[in-house]
Amino acid sequence: MTTTTTSHLAVITAGLTQPSSTRLLADRLTEAVVQAWRTPATSADSTGEIVVEVVEVRDVAHDLTNHVLTGFASPELQVRLDAITEADAVIVVTPIYAASFSGLFKMLIDVLPADALRDTPVLLGATGGTARHSLAIDHALRPLFAHLGALVAPVGVFAASEDWGSQDAGLLGERITRAGRSFAALVTGAPKVRAPDPFDDVTPFAELLSRASRV
Amino acid sequence: MQFGIFTVGDVTTNPTTGRTPTEHERITATVAIAKKAEEVGLDVFATGEHHNPPFVPSAPTTTLAYIAAQTERILLSTSTTLITTTDPVRIAEDYATLQHLSNGRLDLMMGRGNTGPVYPWFGKDIRDGIPLAIENYALLHQLWREDVVNWSGQFRTPLQGFTATPRPLDGIPPFVWHGSIRSPEIAEQAAYYGDGFFSNHIFWPASHTKAMVALYRRRFEHYGHGSADQAIVGLGGQVFMRKNSQDAVREFRPYFDNAPVYGHGPSLEEFASQTPLTVGSPQEVIDATLGFREYAGDYQRQLWLVDHAGLPLKTVLEQLDLLGEEVVPVLRKEFDALRPAHVPEAPTHASLLAAIASAASAEPEKENAR
Repeated sequence: MTTTTTSHLAVITAGLTQPSSTRLLADRLTEAVVQAWRTPATSADSTGEIVVEVVEVRDVAHDLTNHVLTGFASPELQVRLDAITEADAVIVVTPIYAASFSGLFKMLIDVLPADALRDTPVLLGATGGTARHSLAIDHALRPLFAHLGALVAPVGVFAASEDWGSQDAGLLGERITRAGRSFAALVTGAPKVRAPDPFDDVTPFAELLSRASRV
Repeated sequence: MQFGIFTVGDVTTNPTTGRTPTEHERITATVAIAKKAEEVGLDVFATGEHHNPPFVPSAPTTTLAYIAAQTERILLSTSTTLITTTDPVRIAEDYATLQHLSNGRLDLMMGRGNTGPVYPWFGKDIRDGIPLAIENYALLHQLWREDVVNWSGQFRTPLQGFTATPRPLDGIPPFVWHGSIRSPEIAEQAAYYGDGFFSNHIFWPASHTKAMVALYRRRFEHYGHGSADQAIVGLGGQVFMRKNSQDAVREFRPYFDNAPVYGHGPSLEEFASQTPLTVGSPQEVIDATLGFREYAGDYQRQLWLVDHAGLPLKTVLEQLDLLGEEVVPVLRKEFDALRPAHVPEAPTHASLLAAIASAASAEPEKENAR
């Protein structure tokens, strides 16, 4: 190994409030992806450099409206469109409004150059008030990114408000870690991690006992 | 270098009064604006072509012929002629007739149009926009250069033994520009034929115009029409002037804020910083226009849009006075001083005729030399 690769990871986060739970999820997903990417067991490119570029959609809300109306991007927006277009992998996180992604988020997607995300691995995330919206990832986001020709990761993460306040509800942390691992493997082309043979490797009883005590 | 104006021909409500001109008022205003352009010493008047409200210029050759009859000197042009949805045979006939009636004071700019449904209304498919522009122009080019045309293509009934009449004045086809904001194929088309390339960069950032013009220049040289800096380039521009810059901004802002294309979007300041829109004093317009040369090179034609966003006729005529009195005389001098001798002017009927005459008079000398 004489050369190290540099990979660009763009993170699109479309939360509107400050602070934003959407940004919180985006940061957690980014952390999980980067960590898995740097771990040889879940990555085929664990030594390369990873450059993360976060696109806060709220920061260019006016620019997006102007782009839709005039047909061209302001310099501030252009920098972000370039970062997304040139990224090797993209994490997107949007709040769910009225059963779908937010309108502002969609405006950004609408002004991306044609084929900007084609063949690009994309990890989907979404936030909402309750877990009843969690299928929006699959019925709204997934078809959108399929249309764009992206390589949509099979595991997405939905975070409801209650997920942030309870250790157990939905086990958000574990879902984030799992999504990060799965996405890093997809991006780097790491071989599938086989499930352990339960007869080969027994879970020690102390661990079973400690899991039970959490309930 | 040629300086002039181009009109879209939109009927737009004046946002400061709420009044919308009638189509009749808009058409007669267009004629008044063209006549004024000649009076103040501009070189070119160009009209758009549209086939849907709120636009009036659906029959540009009718309007241009009427203007030709009432003017002496100004060159008439289009911005643009819809090469996609108009039968090239009709373009050949209509504009050759206009060329005769105007005594050669005519050129054209080809374009694809700005309204999706115009394609199906005229029996075309918008997805064929580029192929239509390419095939139709190839036929038009042939109709003006060959007396008898045999032709078949994808989009039109074949022609056998067809002659487009009248033949171009003095056998010289009108000079053609190809206009495009975003399609490199059109810059390539203009380069291939050695025609002019017009970048209507009024709505787009300079970086984009620079790339399009550079592509056209490079390919113009590739096709052997001359060096890249001899290619024939036209640029759009959009201005509103008052003696004092602040007065211009204050007066134009409500028109800008409600304009059909960019209204209710970016602020006037944002738009002006990102596009060639100049709202200010005549000196600021001079500086901005000279700035175009920095990224487009020495160019041959500058057209401004001045009758837009619902501005009343009186205001438009005042803008033309300012262009004619304070802006264009300075720009002519400045551009002339900057331009190297080998960079040509845009061809006109007169210059093309003179070129043929001098080539003919050079022929006997060549014979003698043998």
